[in-house]
Amino acid sequence: MWSLLKIELFKVFKRPRTYIAFIAVWAIVSLIQLAIYVDGPKYMDFVLRDVKESFDVIGDPLNGYFVCFVILQTLLIHVPLLVALVSADMVAGEANMGTLRLLISKPVSRTKLLLSKFFASAIYAIILLIWIAILGLFLSMVVFGTDGLINAKSYEIIILNGNDVFWRYLCAFGFAALALITVSSLGFFFSIFAENSLGPIVATMSVIIVFTILTTLDIPLFQSVKDFFFTTHMIGWKGFFEMKTDAEGMSIPGTIRNLPAVLRSAGILLLHILIFTGSAIFIFNRKDVLS
Amino acid sequence: MEAIIKVSHLTKTFRELTAVNDLSFTVQKGDVYGFLGQNGAGKSTSIRMLLTLIQPTSGSIEVFGYNLQHHRKEILRNTGAVIERPDLYKYLSAYETLQLFAAMSSVKLTRQQYMDQLELVGLAQRANSKVRTFSQGMKQRLGIAVALVHNPELIVLDEPTNGLDPQGIADMRNLILMLREKMKKTVLVSSHLLSEVEQIANRMLIIDKGKKLVEGTVSELFHPDDTVVLIETTNQPACEELLRNSNYATQLIGIDAAGIELKLRKEEVPVLTKMLIENNISILGIHACHSLEDYFLKITTANQHVEPFKN
Repeated sequence: MWSLLKIELFKVFKRPRTYIAFIAVWAIVSLIQLAIYVDGPKYMDFVLRDVKESFDVIGDPLNGYFVCFVILQTLLIHVPLLVALVSADMVAGEANMGTLRLLISKPVSRTKLLLSKFFASAIYAIILLIWIAILGLFLSMVVFGTDGLINAKSYEIIILNGNDVFWRYLCAFGFAALALITVSSLGFFFSIFAENSLGPIVATMSVIIVFTILTTLDIPLFQSVKDFFFTTHMIGWKGFFEMKTDAEGMSIPGTIRNLPAVLRSAGILLLHILIFTGSAIFIFNRKDVLS
Repeated sequence: MEAIIKVSHLTKTFRELTAVNDLSFTVQKGDVYGFLGQNGAGKSTSIRMLLTLIQPTSGSIEVFGYNLQHHRKEILRNTGAVIERPDLYKYLSAYETLQLFAAMSSVKLTRQQYMDQLELVGLAQRANSKVRTFSQGMKQRLGIAVALVHNPELIVLDEPTNGLDPQGIADMRNLILMLREKMKKTVLVSSHLLSEVEQIANRMLIIDKGKKLVEGTVSELFHPDDTVVLIETTNQPACEELLRNSNYATQLIGIDAAGIELKLRKEEVPVLTKMLIENNISILGIHACHSLEDYFLKITTANQHVEPFKN
């Protein structure tokens, strides 16, 4: 299995297409950082427009943690597309190239072959996320420095102390990895039905877009089912940036407001991964390879 | 003789279409077994079932004495294949391609051994070139190297000369002959070209619409007694009468607008020609072909989709 995984990773990272995502992330992150570096104070004024008159903001809210928060909110909508580019190509791409029949005629079980491909696409998603962390978090920390993080929502503003943020980012990136692997497993699932990767990529993105729209629509019919959509739980990482409050309404540093909800979201994503991957293996084991 | 492949009553249906219909055949150790049929005859479907790409609807396949369904891994460990086009990873070099497929068969070779494999197919000089820069013939030869990298006993080649230029076809033919003569491999090779199979195979099978038509050794099937001669003359009735009153009467097999057909030994053709000339029969043409070739041509013509163009 390990040897098969190494082969799959070798193939993934030998393909020029793989690096498109890394370049795209670098370009987006750099542009956001440049924009904040140039126009950051204006942007900060806009974010804090409702607070400034009531509170004195001590310290520098425009710091690396804040920049990373902006980057994550922006990128985690687009990164699934980049992940789908690779995961949806894992089987369909081989079918398109004609190499799938050669792989299946080798002395490896289809289950192991598929699992190695799934793990390779999951590792790719994690490496892409690490790349985002390096550019979005660590580089921003170096360029903009560190201080407290202001998490401005439509109905509240959460202010996290500078020394209470880094671990939250680590947890958020871990959760985001799970969300991206879910997207990866969906792309992978579609991949076994197609003979070129375009179809599975479009199908994956269509599912994400449709589910996201249904989730955000304030219609009772969809409200009742939105909990079953994995897209509802993909943004669960934001939960790490909310704190519990004490009886007097004061935030308690080092806490997560609704950890059970975050864990539940993680569990639902994990369940989706198992369902998508398990179904892909079940169907693929019975499939005639005609490509 | 040891049977390497034993196919019994193999059938594959895709909804209403029966691609392979109750097919049975045996490939013996050391054979170059020609698997002949037109495009769509069921060759590739049969080969794909042999390589576990397609599940048979019914029937059984035994390879090396093991049931394929129950001993897939053991069988494929000792089988190499090139299935239709030589599709490989365009972004890898020839050397990397061999390494990758050797690893898939749990085989690790030294650099020299990989180079020897590439040398065998004439690609040692291009070991580090990317597959995308290769011609069709080079890709096909690399495909053979991939099939051989884990030193299997059985090699399955599905239409290995498809899309190759004459030199590529000759190279492929020599490679297959080398596999048999020098490396003592058992080779199952499919083709839609009778002449191609005739040159490389010692045993062959012809299938059409998924069914077995003929099976036997090439020497039996291409016996010199089985020559079909078609005579075209300006005076067919006179020619027919002459033949009916001669020793050739029993060898007449067909008379139609195209001409008169006889089945005879190859060396009898000049004697027949001489007799026709001596009897003042104006000959437009005498075409001699092997009866198997004629038979195969008839199958081909029966499946003709477009009428021949007549000016």
